[in-house]
Amino acid sequence: MDIVVCVKRVPLTEEVDLVIDDQKKGIKKDQLAFVLNDWDNYAIEEAIILKEKYGGQVTAVTVGSEDDEEVLRRSLAMGADRAIRVEAGDISRFDSIGISKILARVVKDLPHDLVFTGVLADDDNGGVVGMMMAEELQLNHACMITAIEIEDGKARTTSELEGGLGEVSLVELPALMTIQTGINEPRYVSILGIRKAAKKELKIMNLADLGLSDEELSPKTIVEEVYLPPETEGAQMLSGDPDTIASDFIEILTKKGVME
Amino acid sequence: MSEIFVIVEHRLGETRDITFEMLWKAGELAEKLSHTVTAIILGHEVNSLAENISDRADKIIVFDDERLKNFNADIHKEIIYGLIEESKPALTLIGNTSWGMELAPCLSVKTNLPLATDCIDIMPKDDTIIAQRQMFSGKIFANVSFAESQGCLLTIRSGVFPKDKIGDRKAEIIQKDYPFTDMAVKKSFVEFVETAAGDVDITQADLLVSVGRGIGEEENISLIKEFAEALGGVVSCSRPIVDKNWLPKYLQVGTSGKTVSPKVYIAVGISGAFQHMAGASGAGTIIAVNKDPKAPIFRTADYGIVDDLFKIVPVLKDKILEVRKG
Ligand SMILES: Cc1cc2nc3c(=O)[nH]c(=O)nc-3n(C[C@H](O)[C@H](O)[C@H](O)COP(=O)(O)OP(=O)(O)OC[C@H]3O[C@@H](n4cnc5c(N)ncnc54)[C@H](O)[C@@H]3O)c2cc1C
Ligand SMILES: Nc1ncnc2c1ncn2[C@@H]1O[C@H](COP(=O)(O)O)[C@@H](O)[C@H]1O
Repeated sequence: MDIVVCVKRVPLTEEVDLVIDDQKKGIKKDQLAFVLNDWDNYAIEEAIILKEKYGGQVTAVTVGSEDDEEVLRRSLAMGADRAIRVEAGDISRFDSIGISKILARVVKDLPHDLVFTGVLADDDNGGVVGMMMAEELQLNHACMITAIEIEDGKARTTSELEGGLGEVSLVELPALMTIQTGINEPRYVSILGIRKAAKKELKIMNLADLGLSDEELSPKTIVEEVYLPPETEGAQMLSGDPDTIASDFIEILTKKGVME
Repeated sequence: MSEIFVIVEHRLGETRDITFEMLWKAGELAEKLSHTVTAIILGHEVNSLAENISDRADKIIVFDDERLKNFNADIHKEIIYGLIEESKPALTLIGNTSWGMELAPCLSVKTNLPLATDCIDIMPKDDTIIAQRQMFSGKIFANVSFAESQGCLLTIRSGVFPKDKIGDRKAEIIQKDYPFTDMAVKKSFVEFVETAAGDVDITQADLLVSVGRGIGEEENISLIKEFAEALGGVVSCSRPIVDKNWLPKYLQVGTSGKTVSPKVYIAVGISGAFQHMAGASGAGTIIAVNKDPKAPIFRTADYGIVDDLFKIVPVLKDKILEVRKG
């Protein structure tokens, strides 16, 4: 069971004041901390669980800068066998189709019974790269996967629908799946583990190696402008010392009829 | 004059709300841009669904076939691709739902049309349109345009547009035959499965105390349980809490969990992602506790408390117990 997993490094945006960059095309990232995209963490874990069961190799791939190798090293420490980074300069000049074309080109030359991406990247919130790759590669596919079992050449998958409903399908391999959070419990990775994994292969490729040019990748969906959320009335804030807040809180509950 | 395509989403014989929401937006845009609205229904025994929306579209194209009984993204993609090639619609609207998220990106590659996902608004601008969407879980908004092409695809977030009828239309209903003789199906539907019910039903509660990732560790959940107990409320939670197996799935509020409508919803350590808030939108009053003053939840909550939950929740709890004792 050879599995390729696409992983992305994304900024943490909790409790920070995001600042729009001068071109108004993105946010300033120099002050932000970065992590492995949550969904991709589950995707890597799922690949390793399947590898431990059925053998084969797990390859982690990212399109990004040298700093982004951090998520590849993390993937290797979790148990991936090798990693590939596509160096493509500033990737913000591509749209999702561009990224999916690059990834598809990488995957094409790797053995793959399964290809995993996350459902969503926590930065652009596109939720598209996986299925675009599936179409580029003409792979069978299933979305928002919360369970996978392999039975003779097929995957029995559960896709998450709305309202707690799941849809069970049989998908012929090879196939591409987008992995939903909660499918497993991603293992803990120690600093030591990451250091040890430094011995594993981390290959760097560029667009020319993949036979791709900027023209082929020119974006069709264009971000015109990004901005902070428009002001709304918002919540009425309870402030003051904790005692005052508590009294106000109880007053609201009483008024709304949930406190006798 | 051109068409706006709306891909009708239905499940188990019912038209889903997102369909009505898309038809509303399509109707509004059609008026502004002098376009017409074409609804597309793929399924089996779906004629009543077509009747049901016949005053919301100018044309309804129906593919009614046994082989379309279950949603299959590949078959949908091939059929819709054919229709797009034929009519070159200015816009094609698809729900940003589990099914839409599988269909739209494939269709975008196949048709070579640009795609913007999870749009919260579509605004005409000069001869084209601008789509509004969010990034970074709602902390940033973006306006997106499309490179010159024969149309574009947009997936629409659930719940952002009204379900009402807009304008007065009278659809011509066109029945079409299943266009393929031998399409190899590489993915087959097995069954639907439902989340197991639990011993409490959060949809019936008057007061919910909902806990999110801000709780940090599993053992801290007890703080929320005690808080809920003091209040006489029921505990519910956001998705990451279920993902980590700290609480059962039947307590999850949100698009992939339950939709609740308590009198009061207290959200503790929840950022307010749209997928969560959609499930709490029926609440009478929302009170949010979060230490990040910029948390998106403060945009939709009625009342907010900016504080570390570990500091303020025990104070609230003690005060409640004090009042209850009289
Ligand atoms: C297809 C799909 C379906 C989904 N369905 C659902 C769903 O049904 N329900 C759902 O909830 N989510 C759902 N999600 C996930 C959703 O997008 C968010 O990731 C999730 O709601 C975030 O949960 P959270 O607010 O608990 O965590 P986070 O976003 O991590 O927020 C934690 C919050 O806690 C605050 N905090 C941290 N420490 C403290 C402290 N000590 N005191 C006070 N505040 C603190 C932080 O400031 C932060 O705002 C879905 C996602 C997808 C893609
Ligand atoms: N630059 C990238 N490198 C590797 N994988 C990516 C990249 N961008 C997106 N992905 C994958 O595609 C998934 C969905 O991303 P998106 O469509 O951008 O929301 C992510 O969870 C990743 O698995």
